[in-house]
Amino acid sequence: MIIKGGIVYDPANGIYGDEMDLFIDQGRMVEAAKGEEIDASGLLVMPGGVDAHSHIAGKKVNTGRIMRPDDARIGTEPRTAICRPSTGYTVPNCYAMGYRYARMGYTTAFEAATPILEARHTHEELEEIPIIDKGALTLFGNNWQVMESVRDKDLTKLAAYVAWGLRAAKGYGVKIVNPGGGEAWGFGGNVKSQNDIVPNFDVTPAEIIVGLAKANEMLNLPHSIHLHFNNLGKPGNYTTAIETLDLLKDLKPSRMRQVVHVAHMQFSAYGGTSWRDFESKAPAIADYFNCHNHATMDMGQLLFGSATTMTADAPLEYGNARLTHNKWSNHDIELEESSGVVPMNYFRKMLVNAVQWAIGLELALLVKDPWKVLMTTDHPNGSPFVNYPEVITLLMSKTKRDLEMATLHDQVPKRTTLAGIERELDWTDIAIMTRAAPARVLGLEDKGHLGPGADGDVSIYDLRPEEVDTSLDHVLVKKALANAKYTIKGGVVVSKEGQILATPPGRTFWVDAAVPQADTDQLMVDLEEKFAKYYSIQIANYAVQDAYLPHAQIIRAGLPILSEVA
Amino acid sequence: MSEAIMIKDAVCSFCGCLCDDINVEVEDGKIQRVRHACRLGSSKIMGHARIQSPMIRKNGVLVASSFQEAYDKAAKILLAAAKPLLYGWASTSCEAAKKGILLAEEVGGVLDSTATVCHGPSVIGIEEKGLPGATLGQVKNRADTIVFWGCNPAEAHPRHSLRYSSNSCGKFTQEGREGRKIIVVDVRETKTSKNADKFIRIIPGSDYEVISALRMLVAGKGDNVPDEVGGVSKADLADIAATLKAAKFGAVFFGLGITHSRGRYKNIDNALSLVAELNSHSKFVVMPMRGHYNVGGIGQVLAWSSGYPMSVDFTRGGPYFNPGETAACDLLARRDVDAALIIAADAVSNFPRATAEALAGIPVIQIDPYENPTTLLSDVVIPSAIAGVEVEGTAYRMDGLALRLRKMVDSSFPSDEDILMGILESVHKQRQLAANEGA
Repeated sequence: MIIKGGIVYDPANGIYGDEMDLFIDQGRMVEAAKGEEIDASGLLVMPGGVDAHSHIAGKKVNTGRIMRPDDARIGTEPRTAICRPSTGYTVPNCYAMGYRYARMGYTTAFEAATPILEARHTHEELEEIPIIDKGALTLFGNNWQVMESVRDKDLTKLAAYVAWGLRAAKGYGVKIVNPGGGEAWGFGGNVKSQNDIVPNFDVTPAEIIVGLAKANEMLNLPHSIHLHFNNLGKPGNYTTAIETLDLLKDLKPSRMRQVVHVAHMQFSAYGGTSWRDFESKAPAIADYFNCHNHATMDMGQLLFGSATTMTADAPLEYGNARLTHNKWSNHDIELEESSGVVPMNYFRKMLVNAVQWAIGLELALLVKDPWKVLMTTDHPNGSPFVNYPEVITLLMSKTKRDLEMATLHDQVPKRTTLAGIERELDWTDIAIMTRAAPARVLGLEDKGHLGPGADGDVSIYDLRPEEVDTSLDHVLVKKALANAKYTIKGGVVVSKEGQILATPPGRTFWVDAAVPQADTDQLMVDLEEKFAKYYSIQIANYAVQDAYLPHAQIIRAGLPILSEVA
Repeated sequence: MSEAIMIKDAVCSFCGCLCDDINVEVEDGKIQRVRHACRLGSSKIMGHARIQSPMIRKNGVLVASSFQEAYDKAAKILLAAAKPLLYGWASTSCEAAKKGILLAEEVGGVLDSTATVCHGPSVIGIEEKGLPGATLGQVKNRADTIVFWGCNPAEAHPRHSLRYSSNSCGKFTQEGREGRKIIVVDVRETKTSKNADKFIRIIPGSDYEVISALRMLVAGKGDNVPDEVGGVSKADLADIAATLKAAKFGAVFFGLGITHSRGRYKNIDNALSLVAELNSHSKFVVMPMRGHYNVGGIGQVLAWSSGYPMSVDFTRGGPYFNPGETAACDLLARRDVDAALIIAADAVSNFPRATAEALAGIPVIQIDPYENPTTLLSDVVIPSAIAGVEVEGTAYRMDGLALRLRKMVDSSFPSDEDILMGILESVHKQRQLAANEGA
């Protein structure tokens, strides 16, 4: 395949809006190829979009669907000769997930939180999502084996467990959500800071985070730890964020990447002592990121309208339910996690929501280096992913931001700095925040760029970067981003002008990290006891069987010497 | 004689407990012994008399046919129907459910599961209020207070109490039954109520009132509660409310006694509200006691495929769900479907009389390993291999946990998946043929 004459943004390879031809052969980018020609003359061309944090599959997503038939009805699209039917807006069915990402020019999305015990369910849904490549991060932050190994200061055992857990879950990386808080929620409690003792386990969240970060680097995993802070969603929580990040600043990464990725930073950049004096602390957070290089974040942008909050932070969801008097689902997972789901509506005239909206944008605009900030809405917590074009245009257009600001609660300019921010992102920034950076943050070497050997994932938009004024023509830009002119996945045109043309199955990435057998043997003594006494299933039935990943893409990692042998 | 093979830690495919510690001894391709399973599970795994051959009704009599003839006839019925119902799905794998949904989309039918005559009201309750739940292991490790409401696990889910609930031992519950308070609410004494510390016998149909009284007492508004509610004294109710509030970790399990008594989904709505409110005082979770082993699974698969967990109407192209309108019994009662495919369920034995009669008036395709009353009025009968014994696959436990079913022995019968694909292929072929003839 030849893509002719596009204006290419491929920042990972130092290409910033150059007119050039691209070639794809056997699903990969190459330096020359023949075949189908696609005319992209003068049009915006980028690598396929990569979403590093999105809730797209598994028990809590399906719980969202089951408790929200009202939501399913919104997005109904009938079956076609090529497509299965679509439903849902904040919690779309599996097919809609694949089609809607593809229409926007996205070709990869990672599910952000899966307990090992329920990973089989997650993979059932991932496999059902067509077109896009995917993976799932595995939850470790409230796991008994993790907490006991951290308490015993046994890093070897901890690393062996992380490797074992990733293999059992067919997971991609280490996710930590409100560490210790999920365990405390087992008896209805929570932890109030990273230095609280987790009841019954004699460890602190800080110790869990540092322990898992060290194990992560020992195992040389492609992704860093992926962290949802304690106290998320609470006024004044920006200090928790900064103090927690500071715990990790001297750790050495095992790869050319961050040591910690912060999930949906917006929800942890809050000042004030209550909702009454709630205000943005995005400038303080941005300042920290500008002065340090060990951390990256994704925005977790909130947009007005319907959302479904879903997280492994179960006490937070209980709080949401109490606050809104909305329906509430909770799901605790034995020995491992807790979680919750609450539908939500965000309003322009509600000061807290309006400030939250501004904080996400402030973060992305105040952090100078776009490689440190990924564009997300923490789908479907801040807003469903179909609204990414709205977020991108807000970042690119001060004009649009001012128009929006005029419709919000009038205190927003006093509680945030957004009104005074002049910065408007350009296509290079956007290509980084939606493609190159998420791929680098996740450690996906063949994603997010268009160099030879990269996956043949390309998106072409009906926009002429050399002509369009992204500040003034934001309506046009948003429309073009919503439906790519072409989305090419692995060398196949999967979507054209909003119409799905092909639905190849996507691959599922997971990480197999090698550790010495002796370490695993020692670990198994602990695990066999846990299965005999505490788990409600047998160890033999625990790990996700290969049958659930017919399109697996295994990434090898592990202790350096062992991964060389492998 | 070949050596006996021992299959260890297999999953029992009988009830929603999905016990996964079953050992099965196989010799000469036959199951000889089943260990660890309860009587119900054991008899399911050992099996009994099967339908021997596909059959098609001719002149009022079921006559043996080939599988292909049966697939073709089934496809013909589905194609001729304006609105076929594809019902059952509770006792087969999720893999079969996926094919069934594809078939329903393809022929434009309504797909519903046995939940409709079971925990369907629970699903509607969850749509109203959400489900504050947990995995069963969480109950085992933490629960010091357990309520069984309108359910009788001692007889319907025999290993529930020992593996997961009242009599189980875990990290914070090492005393097992001794350390727990068990409350049973029912309209009659049961084997489960005999194991209770407190048995509350309520007047049939008064669940809603009793739950409401408990909610008021929990909220500290006991002054407004009359002296007796649903046949229970206010003192007894106050006592229970105090026990619930004092729990470190409480769990409510509920069954058909509450989903199918007066009030139905409103009972569930009320019970879910009670549990949510109890979380202001203590930690509390709630769970429906799902009956058939994979009735949870069809709900999960249907939800991620169509957005809705049951009663999904595919006749309009896009999935449409409106219980009361698109549920199997409602459709049949209105005579609104003109053919039915019944798989892995016995509709005739479980449906209200009027709806079963409606089934008798339309062409029916049955896919099942066993003969049952539905067979008597079926026009096409296709025997299948038994999922979880003869076929691998996935099932979801009553707490939503997915487990892998094993294949223990070979079968000469095709799997439910194979049969559904056979019918689907025949649908494609017959459509193509019709198109060619038309041209």
